[in-house]
Formats: sequence, C-alpha cells, structure tokens
Amino acid sequence: FTRPARPLGPYDTSEAVTPYAQATSYNNFYEFGLDKGDPARLAGSLKTRPWTVRIDGEVRKPMTVDIDTLQGWFPLEDRVYRMRCVEGWSMVMPWLGFPLAALIRRLEPTSKAKYVQFTALLDPKQFPGQRQAVLKWPYVEGLRLDEALHPLAFMAVGLDGRVLPGQNGAPLRLAVPWKYGFKSIKSVVRITLTEKQPQTTWALAAPQEYGFYANVNPAVPHPRWSQATERRIGELGRRKTLPFNGYAEQVAGLYNGMDLRRYF
Amino acid sequence: MTVGGLLPVAVLLLDAATGQLGANPIQRATLQTGLLTLALLVLSLACTPLRLLTGWTWPARIRKTLGLLAFGYAALHFLIYLFDHGFDLSLMTEDVLERPFITAGFTALLLLVPLALTSTPRAVKRLGFQRWTRLHQLAYVAVSLGALHYYWGVKKDHTQPLIYAAVIAGLFLIRLARRAPNRRPGRTRPRTAAPD
Repeated sequence: FTRPARPLGPYDTSEAVTPYAQATSYNNFYEFGLDKGDPARLAGSLKTRPWTVRIDGEVRKPMTVDIDTLQGWFPLEDRVYRMRCVEGWSMVMPWLGFPLAALIRRLEPTSKAKYVQFTALLDPKQFPGQRQAVLKWPYVEGLRLDEALHPLAFMAVGLDGRVLPGQNGAPLRLAVPWKYGFKSIKSVVRITLTEKQPQTTWALAAPQEYGFYANVNPAVPHPRWSQATERRIGELGRRKTLPFNGYAEQVAGLYNGMDLRRYF
Repeated sequence: MTVGGLLPVAVLLLDAATGQLGANPIQRATLQTGLLTLALLVLSLACTPLRLLTGWTWPARIRKTLGLLAFGYAALHFLIYLFDHGFDLSLMTEDVLERPFITAGFTALLLLVPLALTSTPRAVKRLGFQRWTRLHQLAYVAVSLGALHYYWGVKKDHTQPLIYAAVIAGLFLIRLARRAPNRRPGRTRPRTAAPD
C-alpha cells in the first residue's frame, strides 16, 4: 500500500499507512453496534446526503449549513495521522479534510467561547446501535478552544483520497491525533461553542476510566489495563506508546502546568 | 468428547492461517479462548445440577473432561496473553499485581492448576474422597473469578458477562437448594450425591 505519493507535510507521519481494508473493517462506532465488524456491516443504513451541520452557541452567526457548502469553504488537504485507541491498538490513517481551526475562525467565536462541543447524529433508524442504551445518545465530544485551534486538530471528510466511508464517521468527523480515538467523534451534526466544559459521552459513562482530556499517555494506565504499549493493526507484537501519541513536541505546551494524572 | 472439545483450537488455527481473525487476530484469539474457558467451566459446573434434577448419570461421566478442557483453554488463553506481551514477565507481574481485571483471571487460572493435577482416579484415592472433594470446590471460586474477569474485561456492554454470571449463580442455587437438609424434612441427601 503506497499512498500518499504527495510529499509529506509538517503534520504527517511517515509511518506505513494502515491498509484501507483494515482501516474500514475494524472500527469502534457504537452507533452501529459493539462489535468491531458491526460498523462496516451496517454502515449502509447511514444516509450522508443530504446532511446539515448546526452551528450555534457562542458564535456571532449561528447557522445550519449543508455539508457540501461547509466543506466547500476550505481547500481539502491530506493528513497522515496516527490513531491510538484507548483499548490499546493503533492505526495510521490518511485523512482528507480541513483544519478545525479554519472552521472555528470562520464561525467567529464570541469572547465567552472557551470550549467546542461536537454532537453526532441521533437516529436509531440509521444507527441500529442507538436502539440500546449502551451509551447516552447522541454521542457528544469536546475540546478546549485552544486545543481546537491547534493546527493538528482536523475535520475529516475523506479517507485515502476517497469519500469517508460510513463506518469511519461519514460525512464529517473529528481527528485529534494526540488524544485517544474516542475523542475523535464521528458523523457530526452539530458544533457548539460553549463557555462551560462539555459533558462528553465516555466521561459521563465511566468518569474514573475516561477523562475529558483523554490525551494519549503511557504513564497513566486505564484502571483496567496498561496504556504503556499498543498494537499497530497489521503487526503481531506490541510497540511502546508515546506521550501524546508521538505529538508531544507540537501539543505538550497546551498543557503546561496541568497535572496530567488528574486531568487524564 | 476430548476430540470434539479441541475442535475450536482447529477452527482458531484455520482462521488464523486464512486471515479470518480480522484486523486484530491476537485480540480475537484471546477473547475466543477466554470465552471457551468460561463456557467449559460453566458446563462442567452444570453436570451435578443436571444430574440432581434429571437423575441422568451421563453428565457426571463427562464432567472431568469438561474441566480438563477448560483448563487447557485457560492455559492457551494465558499463553496468548504472554505472547502478546512479548513474554515480558515484568509486564505480566505488573498486570497481575496492579490490575484487578488481570488479578482475577490469573488467580482463576492458578486455582485450576491443582484441579487439573488431581483429576486422575489415583489422585482421588491418594487424597481421600473427602479431601479431594473439598479441593475441587475451588472450581466454584475459579468460575466466579473467571466471570468477574470477563465482566471487568469488556469496555462497556456487560450483557454477555452478566448472562454468564446469572447462569453460574443459578447453578450455585440449585446445588444449595438440594443441599439444605432442613428445608426438606424426611429426606436425606442421597449417599451417591457427591458434593463437588
């Protein structure tokens, strides 16, 4: 597998990209079901057009915008990012999309905006997994505003140069590569700038296990398993997990003075 | 029976060889051997209640094989875990000591070792039936720890682990009900009913 042919940019990893077949068949997307194979099997029920995104909260111009209009605002770019799941496996994903910062700036946050809250689609007809109350639906995630404005924070609409498959969070998903995968919310329908820290889905479901920040940190184990190592999908052995998933140089400064054991 | 019980190993190996274990084959193999262990332990535990309820004798005859198969899968499950961690014993020790999820599973495996070692008729004779029986009551602890290990191991959906726990609890209750002598006046425990 030899994408990308383009020269790598400053935010790309040069590590081998996870084969498309594996990246699109081994997914955590509980809206479709709990099994890793459920999303690929059931993603046909997700209708990604027409699709609108509601933008509200602490912005000067709240609006509802069509996905094609929204992604037309920005030139699309490739980003090859590592993705580390909280369960101890990882992939290298060739996203296509635009920086979240570009979107936020365009929305003109008010001076009260401190956080960005993302909400995923709520529709048990399209998301059979939502017929069970495994999590509190809809899925909600969030970032601190300075995290959201970091050049690594990315909104993906494609994978490997193609339209994003349903199982990977079509038509619009977040990709924050220095945080555990569950932060990178899929199938986003609403983006809200808020003054207060959003109540995020996994932090609500199990606050001792999943924090709001969820930065990849090999030194802070999950209460039930170690986070020191991970298996790159496609490899048999394990490799050491890096602080901030290898992006420490770029993002560690965001957390100066914070106790990362407390704000895990 | 034993051959049938080893069939899942063949399926597992075939799946591994043909790439049917998915994108994360080690994780899949770990889960499958773990589930087989728990299912076989539950089946071995169901033999006596089944005999008590139906009067059939065949469940008692296959109990030992079920128990040994369970131990075999538990050992395989542990070996895959060790392989997954590069046979790094310091990592294993840390897991066993610091993570209740692993502690429970590891303890269950340890408890099964003496049971497997004393599964022969000679061992029963050497220990004496009473002592052998007491020893093999460790199976109750092992299966409970196994279910707990499964419960703690899943990320969110606890339906399956709870089903296992409910079945185990049900089997315990049948035993207890059959054993409480004063609840059944006029009836003594049949002498053949070996507590197990």
